Amino acid sequence: MLLVTILGVILIVLGLWCMLTQKNIIKIIIGFSIMDTGIHLLIVSIGYIKDKSAPIMDVVNSSQVIDPVPSALVLTAIVIGLAVTALMLTYAIKLFEIKQSLDINDFKELKW
Amino acid sequence: MVKKLIIIITLVLLAIMLMPLITEVKPFENLSSVSQKYVHAGSEELGSQNLVTSVIVTYRGLDTLGEVAVLFIATAGIGFFLRRKPEEERKKTKASSLVQTGTAFLLPIIFLFGVYIFLHGHLTPGGGFQGGVVIASGILLLMLANVDTKINTNILYWVESVSGAFYIIIGIFGLVLAGGFLDNRILPLGEFGKLLSAGAIPIIYSLIGLKVGAELVGILNNMQRSQ
Repeated sequence: MLLVTILGVILIVLGLWCMLTQKNIIKIIIGFSIMDTGIHLLIVSIGYIKDKSAPIMDVVNSSQVIDPVPSALVLTAIVIGLAVTALMLTYAIKLFEIKQSLDINDFKELKW
Repeated sequence: MVKKLIIIITLVLLAIMLMPLITEVKPFENLSSVSQKYVHAGSEELGSQNLVTSVIVTYRGLDTLGEVAVLFIATAGIGFFLRRKPEEERKKTKASSLVQTGTAFLLPIIFLFGVYIFLHGHLTPGGGFQGGVVIASGILLLMLANVDTKINTNILYWVESVSGAFYIIIGIFGLVLAGGFLDNRILPLGEFGKLLSAGAIPIIYSLIGLKVGAELVGILNNMQRSQ
């Protein structure tokens, strides 16, 4: 599980780096998705309990399962992340229609 | 230059902030008290074999309702932004016959698999959201194979509204007949580990699956028309 935690931290930092440095809006959205995935991995790894298995009670009994609450939380987070990503891509489409460009530097209206 | 420096400092600070998760947090030995209740009572009280499902659909059912609402609002936003004037004709390349034949062969299987996933949400890993996404991926394959695919939006709206309405009606039934909103014990719990068990959970998850599937197909449809 340590590996999953490390991977999650790496993905979070990588995703934030991508969001901060990239100029293309689509790449910024991809960075957001990467960061999202890293956070999911972190939450899942927190729910892990040593030497125990998935919370499905077909062969295991109730003393042998990991914490189901973080898993349920991540399921919710994945769906919300999907919806937010789709909405962001829609904004990207609209922005491209207005300026025929996806470069973030071409949108100066909110800049100060 | 200053900008780059600020970015690097931000990233390093974030990494330092997250470091204790790697170096200091040891995997837990025991469940927290809430999880303990869910794990020990979950299978006996609700009859669901998959504990994640019993947490999502019943114990935290209200949150799932909110989640479905967020998904609906995102879909509505996408539909609003990608509204189209009457379609101008664009040149479309046809998919190869390999893709078309493959689609004709795979589409029913993908649909069947999606339905299987959301019907067995209380027994195996999976559930309404995953099943809905699988169904939507089948429709995406159809759109890739036949560029001119027209989705009947009326059917989509009806499936979405009816399943959403029934979701809430079942929740209110739970309030009246059993312990609380979205309680699954309005139906007999059945035999543990069988398809028809866990009370209303398979019904609720099927409704969620249909609703999520319809919403995602709606998103795909909007994005395809506005490309």
